Amino acid sequence: MENKLRLDEGKIVRARQAAGNIATGVDHFIGTRTTVAVERTVLRLMGVDGVDADWVPLPNVVTDHVLERGLLGKGVSTAVLNAVVQLGITPQQVAERVAVGTLDLATVPPVDKKIITAKGQEMAQMGLDRILANRQERKKRIERLGEGRKPYLYVIVATGDIYEDAIQGKSAAHQGADIVAVIRSTGQSLIDYVPYGATREGFGGTYATQENFRIMRKALDEVGEEVGRYIRLCNYCSGLCMPEIAAMGALERLDVMLNDALYGILFRDINMQRTLIDQAFSRMINGYAGIMINTGEDNYLTTADAVEAAHTVLASQFINEQFATMAGLPAEQMGLGHAFEMNPDLEDGFLLELAQAQMARQIFPNAPLKYMPPTKHMTGNIFKGHIQDALFNTIGMWTNQGVQLLGMMTEAMHTPHIHDRKLAIENARYVFNNLRHLGEEIQYKPGGRIEKRAQDVLDQSLAMLEEVEKVGLFTALERGWFADVKRGLTGGKGLSGVLEKEEGYWNPFEIELRERAGLPMREEVGSP
Amino acid sequence: MNNPQAASIDLKRVKPYGDTMGDGAVQLSFSLPVPYGEEAREAARRLVAMMGLEEPQVYHMADLGEGYTWFIVYGKCTHTIDFSTIRVPKVDSTRLDFYGVNQFIREHIGRKVVVIGACTGTDAHTVGIDAIMNMKGYNGEYGLERYPEVDAYNFGSQVPNEEMLAKAMDLKADALLVSQVVTQKGVHIQNLTELVELAEAEGIRDQLLLICGGPRINHEMALELGFDAGFGPGTLAPDVASFVVHELERRMSK
Repeated sequence: MENKLRLDEGKIVRARQAAGNIATGVDHFIGTRTTVAVERTVLRLMGVDGVDADWVPLPNVVTDHVLERGLLGKGVSTAVLNAVVQLGITPQQVAERVAVGTLDLATVPPVDKKIITAKGQEMAQMGLDRILANRQERKKRIERLGEGRKPYLYVIVATGDIYEDAIQGKSAAHQGADIVAVIRSTGQSLIDYVPYGATREGFGGTYATQENFRIMRKALDEVGEEVGRYIRLCNYCSGLCMPEIAAMGALERLDVMLNDALYGILFRDINMQRTLIDQAFSRMINGYAGIMINTGEDNYLTTADAVEAAHTVLASQFINEQFATMAGLPAEQMGLGHAFEMNPDLEDGFLLELAQAQMARQIFPNAPLKYMPPTKHMTGNIFKGHIQDALFNTIGMWTNQGVQLLGMMTEAMHTPHIHDRKLAIENARYVFNNLRHLGEEIQYKPGGRIEKRAQDVLDQSLAMLEEVEKVGLFTALERGWFADVKRGLTGGKGLSGVLEKEEGYWNPFEIELRERAGLPMREEVGSP
Repeated sequence: MNNPQAASIDLKRVKPYGDTMGDGAVQLSFSLPVPYGEEAREAARRLVAMMGLEEPQVYHMADLGEGYTWFIVYGKCTHTIDFSTIRVPKVDSTRLDFYGVNQFIREHIGRKVVVIGACTGTDAHTVGIDAIMNMKGYNGEYGLERYPEVDAYNFGSQVPNEEMLAKAMDLKADALLVSQVVTQKGVHIQNLTELVELAEAEGIRDQLLLICGGPRINHEMALELGFDAGFGPGTLAPDVASFVVHELERRMSK
C-alpha cells in the first residue's frame, strides 16, 4: 500500500523492536510455567469431554485429580497417558473412571517413557488432524460459496438461549452479515470451567459451550447455503478458560475468536501470569486452526479517553502483534482491535478518528483490523446513534478495515433486537457501497491535521513502548500504563491455577503445534 | 413554559403532538414473527389499531428472513393523559457544581466524605460508574476522584455484594454507589435487592447511603428497592455528589 500518511518508517521499526523485546521478556517467564487451563485444554484435545455426576466437566475433574496428587507439574499428559497405555483404554475412559473414583492415577505403575511419548505423539497428531480437517473444510466451503467483501459485517447475537441465537444469527445472515458473534453470558470469563451442553439461560449473552458452538455452526452453515456466502462464527476465549475455549472453537470450526493478551488482566482482573501463559497456548491453537483472532484494544477507550489514550491502543496493537507472531499466528489472522470512541461533541473528532484508523491500516497492512463502533458516547437517542454509526462506517470503508463490528443504534439500551441488526447492516451496506473506492481517491494533506495527529500518536506510542521495554510488561501493568488500570503480579483471579513446570514437563500438543507451525521448541525445563 | 399555545392546551387531556395540536401523532417500529407480505402489513396495521392508535399507516416494512418482518408504522393516539395530577418522586436536593459540593462539605460536614462505587454482581460494564467516579469524569464534568473533599474508591466490575459491603465497612464509607448496566431478564433487580437485604442482615443499612444508577434505573424504582436514591441515564458526578452531601448533612443534623 502506498504510504498515505507520511509516517516515519524508522519509528515503526523501533516500535516493533521494542514490542518484540517486551513480548520476549514475557515469553521467558511463561515458558517455565503452565496453568490448569492449559492442562485441561490438552485433555480436551485428547477427546476428553462430558461431565461428572455433579456437572463438573471431566477435564476439570482429571486436572484437579492430578493436581491434588502433586503430579501436574509434569503435565497432565504424563499421568493420563500412562494410564491409557497401562490399562489399554482411551483418555475419555480414564477420565470417566477417575470421575467415579475407580481409578487413581497416582497408583498406576509407570510404563516406559518411550511408549508414553509415542502415545502422546499419536494423540497430538490425531487431535491436530481434526483441527486441520476443519481448517480445510472452511477453505472448501469458502471456495464453493464465496464470502463477503471486507470490511466484513460483524454482528452480535446475545439472547441467552442458543436456539434463539441460531434464529437471530440466520436472520442476520439473510440481511447481509458476514460474521455472527455470540456474546457470552456476563461473568463467564471468571468461571474456571467451561459449562457443558446446550444452554438456554444467560445474562447479557449465551454461555460458550462446545454444544452451543456446534448448534450455531450448523445454523450458520445452513443459512450460508441459502444466501450463497460463507458465514463466519465468532466467540470469545478471553477469561480463565482461554485455551480451552480456543480448542473447542478449533474443534467446532469457529472462524473468529476474541483472544487478547491483556484484556482479561485489565478488564476482568484476571491474574496477569495466568492470562499471559494461557494466551500463548490459545493463540497457537487459533493460529493452527486458521481462526482469525480479535484483540481488545478498543476496550481501553471505554475506561480512558479516546483522544488522550490513542497511543496506548497503538502500543498494545504492537504488543499483541508480537505475542501473536510468537504463537505462529500469521498477520492475516490478526484482527487487531481499535475503536471509534471519541466524544461526538469534539470539534474535528472525525479527523482524529480517521487519522487513527488510517495509521493502524498503514502500520499493520496485512492484518484484518477489527474496528469497534461507538459505545461510550451512545445516549439512547437512537436517531443520533444511527448517524454516529454511519460516520463510523464511513471511516471503516475509507481506511479499508478488515472487520467492521457494526454499531447498533440501541447500544447502551438493550441487547440488539432483530430489526436493530437489520438497520445496522443496512447502514453499513449503504455506506460501504457508496464509498467503496473513496480511500483510493483521497490523499491526505501533507502536514495537515490528520497526518500530524497520526505522527503524534505514533511518537507517543513509541515512547511508551520504549518505556515498557525498560521496565517490562509486568511492571507496566502494575503501574497502570494501559487503560488507566493498575494490576498486581500476584493479584487478581486465577493465580492459584498457575504452576511452575517441573523437570520432565511434557505437553505433546504444544510440541506438535510448534512442529507443524514451524516454531522453535521450548527448552526443556531443567536443561542447562 | 415557552409554548405559545400553552394557554390552549388542556393539561387534563394531553396527547402526542406532531404538527397540529391534538393530532396524536406517534411513530412505532417493531417486528412480527410472520413472513414478509401483504398479510404481514395488515397484521401490523391491525395490531397498532389495537394499541389505541387510529388510522395506522405502515410506511415501511422489510423482510428480516427466517419468517420475520419489520415495520415502521405511524398512527394517531386516541388516549389522553391527565398531566395535572402527575407527581414523580425525584432526588430533590439542589444541584451544586464541583466547587459548590466541595465548599458544602467543608462548611457543613467538616470532614472528607467517603464514597465507594462499583458494578456489582456479574455486571462487567463500568462505563457508568467510571463516568461518575473516575478522575476524568464524563462530558466535561470531573468525576468524584477529582473532588478534594471526597475520598472516592472505584472498585471496577463484577464485585460481589458481600465484598462491596465489607469494603464499605473497612473504609467507613458514607455512600455506596452501585452501577447496573446489564438488565436482561431483570438480573439487576435481583442483585440490587440482594445488596439491600445483605446490608440489613448485617445491621449496617442505616450507616450508609445506598445509591444505584444505570440506564434502566430511576429514583422511584430505587426507592422501591430500598435504596436512598437512584440515578438514570445522563447523570453526572455533581448530581450524585449533591444528593450525597445534602442527605449526609440532613442525617447529621437529626
